[in-house]
Amino acid sequence: MNKTLNRRETIISAIIKTCGYSAVLFVILIFFFLLREGLPALFEVKLGALLATRWYPIENHFGILPLITGSLIVTMGAMLVAIPFGIGTAVFLSEIAPRWMREILKPLVELLGGLPSVVLGFLGILVLSPFLRVFLDLPTGLTALAGALLLGGISIPTTVSIAEDALDSVPQGYREGALALGATRWQTIWRVTLPAACSGVLTALMLGIGRTIGETMAVMMVTGNAPVLAIKLASIFHPVRTMTATIAAEMGEVAKGSTHYHVLFLIGLVLFIISLGVNIIASSVIFKSKKRAERVLS
Amino acid sequence: MATIKIIIQNLSLQYSDGTESLRDINLDIPANAITVLFGPAGGGKSSLLRCLNRLNDLTEVQTISGKILLDGDNILDPKTDVIALRRRVGMVFARPVVLPMSIRQNLTYGLELAGEKRKSRMDEALERGLKLAALWEEVQDRLEDPAIALSGGQQQRLCLARVLANQPEVILMDEPTSGLDPISTGKVETALQELKKNYTIILVPHSVQQAARTADFAAFFLQGELVEAAEGKELFTHPRQKRTEDYVEGRFG
Amino acid sequence: MKRRFPVDRFLIQRLGVSVITLTALLTIVPIIGVFSYIIAKGAPALSWEFLTAMPNSGMRAGGILPAIVGTFYLTLGTAVFSVPLGIAAAIYLAEYAKENWLTRLIRIAIINLAGIPSVVYGLFGLGLFVLFLKFGTSILSASLTLSIMTLPVIISAAEEALRAVPQSFRTVSISLGGTRWQTIRKIVLPQALPGIITGVILGLERAAGETAPILFTGAAFFLPHLPGSILDATMALPYHLFVISTQVPGMPIQIQYGTALVLIIFVLGMNLVATVIRSRARAKRQW
Repeated sequence: MNKTLNRRETIISAIIKTCGYSAVLFVILIFFFLLREGLPALFEVKLGALLATRWYPIENHFGILPLITGSLIVTMGAMLVAIPFGIGTAVFLSEIAPRWMREILKPLVELLGGLPSVVLGFLGILVLSPFLRVFLDLPTGLTALAGALLLGGISIPTTVSIAEDALDSVPQGYREGALALGATRWQTIWRVTLPAACSGVLTALMLGIGRTIGETMAVMMVTGNAPVLAIKLASIFHPVRTMTATIAAEMGEVAKGSTHYHVLFLIGLVLFIISLGVNIIASSVIFKSKKRAERVLS
Repeated sequence: MATIKIIIQNLSLQYSDGTESLRDINLDIPANAITVLFGPAGGGKSSLLRCLNRLNDLTEVQTISGKILLDGDNILDPKTDVIALRRRVGMVFARPVVLPMSIRQNLTYGLELAGEKRKSRMDEALERGLKLAALWEEVQDRLEDPAIALSGGQQQRLCLARVLANQPEVILMDEPTSGLDPISTGKVETALQELKKNYTIILVPHSVQQAARTADFAAFFLQGELVEAAEGKELFTHPRQKRTEDYVEGRFG
Repeated sequence: MKRRFPVDRFLIQRLGVSVITLTALLTIVPIIGVFSYIIAKGAPALSWEFLTAMPNSGMRAGGILPAIVGTFYLTLGTAVFSVPLGIAAAIYLAEYAKENWLTRLIRIAIINLAGIPSVVYGLFGLGLFVLFLKFGTSILSASLTLSIMTLPVIISAAEEALRAVPQSFRTVSISLGGTRWQTIRKIVLPQALPGIITGVILGLERAAGETAPILFTGAAFFLPHLPGSILDATMALPYHLFVISTQVPGMPIQIQYGTALVLIIFVLGMNLVATVIRSRARAKRQW
């Protein structure tokens, strides 16, 4: 009886071990495939041409700079929205709102996080961009601004979640100590609690950035899809194209093995590396909360 | 006089973080008696217990050397069937740990692990264990209740019954009554006096008084070293070593 | 000496708290607004016919049954691949793995998988499943792609659920003569199950709402009938919503909102189920 038990135990352990390593396998696999289909682009299109400012594949212009700036401007804009509102809401929930309010509002914010991005993109087309067009008197509402606002909104639940966890885990003793020294509640928040939660808040930011750079559908639907170099401040009021939207929009129409195909994979490779970098930085930041893993993956 | 159940020879143990260790322990454990291992914290008593059922395999042990002979077989040998060993050598822990199941399921858990499927056997073992642990009358009508509903003292006796249902030969007890009130403690100690007729019991007491009350054979441990061991109440009335005397008299601890 | 100081401080306090509260309000109110708006505009479209009939007139009328069915199939397919693998990997991390460089590598890999943009998953799925393995644009390819994307979520939630089970249970089980796998199977896994299921549902909820990974791997817009096998392409709610809101001229607004609402109900319904399971399990816990 013991022999069969032993053998079953070894087989099961082996299976479990293999499954454990699977994550590493998949990362390598993904990297490999992106490399396989993307690297040829570096040979078919010279590096100089890739870093050009014109993206017009039909005429063999593969300058990816407009796409990169498109992603950057939308991401930065999104962060300008998500950071103040996300952290502000987190501070409100953690330090100011009464308990019962927090119990209602926190799930509500998390609910927003569960909304598929295509739904928010949909609302962006039908509600947000007409509003922006009218309100700001623009030729079209499908602009980087719309993308930034929408993406900011999408990042807010994650930012609020992590920042609120971080604030929550600041020991109550800090607050009590500050109050005992005569600080007002606001001073306590601003000068004691918030700085103490600093690393957690930073993690929230980094993860928000990571998610924003990788967002595809919502941006594709509201940013106008014009691969124009976006480096002026005014560019935020113009249509742009992000890297992610480019892949999504054009992949369906390319011939397999064509240069266009390879370049799209190359862009995918670039996105992969960027997200790798951001996530490694975010995960090595010191904030470790029990629920952090949950938030990272939400 | 009595047969020797376990012989510990030159046992030395070091954890990888350098904490509790045992230094060259030599000790004979007599069968069908209560052997008490006592001494201040950090003395290595719990470590020794865990060697006896190879539970130390679960912790980060740096080095372990020496032999532990159970009925003549060295259980530290890598070829030992540790599963079978743990059924022969059962353990009751300091805090009662009832499994998140009914009382019945707690008791039959060990048998289920061994592959026992016959309900009759399990019922038999269950009843026997509960009677030996002096718990039968209190729970016989509510075997399907969750074990967590029992009081602390009852839970600990359930843990004892659980071990007994597995039909061990040796029972290791690591401060089993440390969280219990005096009445529950008394019940456990009384049960032990009955049990020792058929089982070898090795007990780490939570106080010198408990050691003195229960010991048939006592061993004093200090910082990993076995200072002295003797029969009956010798160690408590006429200790030979000054360190033993100091501890028993309460001059340190 | 003039004592203006305390007055200033409390003014700042009032200001600070007001700003923060305003910020929170500006965040919360739009969230409520978004939900209310979609519900208000989409509810009129919801009818039995809408949910169970096939579309006609080039998707401009009729129901969205194939999209609903398609999303259901894709979610199921994702579950089939990612759940066993994810739970097994979590068991490895929680019960078997030692804290060494290899384990850290696995954890970094999981965090990475979680951060990869969804469209890159689509590319990967296209390259590996559709083209290299020649599964074609199919439910199979899309499900496999979504599974790898969902894997980190499941592994993370499952591992946390497993770790929450008290170590003392394991010690007791081992001391009674149990092997590691017996301990896992009889005690750890059953106790961790509600937490694992919650995590699985939340992971699948995300997979159900994703568009980019299925864009080139399995989603189709104009299919005359329901998919017959896993090698067929399928319609899906998120993709359907995307196309009808961006690429079909003359698409009735009501159908668009209705589709959006159905998608939200699908996704948030799963969320609700997960939450209910989580709170009921917490109440029934015996430790």
